[in-house]
Amino acid sequence: MSPAMKRYNWRVIWLSLLYAVFLLAAIFGFKHQLFGGFVAYIAAVLPALPIIGILGAMGRYLVEEQDEYVRMLTVRQSLWASGFALSIATIWGFLESFDLVEHVDSYSVAIVWFMGLAVGSIMNKLTLGAPVKC
Amino acid sequence: MENRLRVLRAERAWSQQDLAGRLEVSRQSVNAIETGKYDPSLPLAFRIAELFDLPIEDIFVSPSRRSSKAI
Repeated sequence: MSPAMKRYNWRVIWLSLLYAVFLLAAIFGFKHQLFGGFVAYIAAVLPALPIIGILGAMGRYLVEEQDEYVRMLTVRQSLWASGFALSIATIWGFLESFDLVEHVDSYSVAIVWFMGLAVGSIMNKLTLGAPVKC
Repeated sequence: MENRLRVLRAERAWSQQDLAGRLEVSRQSVNAIETGKYDPSLPLAFRIAELFDLPIEDIFVSPSRRSSKAI
């Protein structure tokens, strides 16, 4: 594992822990009506920040990775993830607008994007024979 | 891109891991270049050429020359 990948993994672990803390705090706070006005907006947005941070960590990894082939694989993986997430969001949006499916919160796109990384990894395996990596 | 990397490596009895270590890249990068699945950047191609002390064109086969030979 490259030093850049190790740093990426550590960043993702810390940001995931932060996400869990912010999310649990927000759920607790809203459940017990602790927030109001502007503070409620801050509390609602806080869990989004570590998710954005993970996307940033991916960008940072692409900058720091010295192995150009591995970097290219990760770029391909991210492009597949983006295409996958945007396609699912677009399809779901139309289905939802015609009242054919239930409403899904838009933050789910980020989750679908992370699932798309697995799709990208499988495509790298199928087209280049690269090891599957999520 | 077609290349002689595997032959040059074999002549020196280097494993893919040995070559990867000398080039400071991963073993899978060496494998991808050897099998023609990935074309290295110019800086990496120069590093490879300098490692084997050969001109780049003695390691990598120019796609245009390859196609003109085929004609």
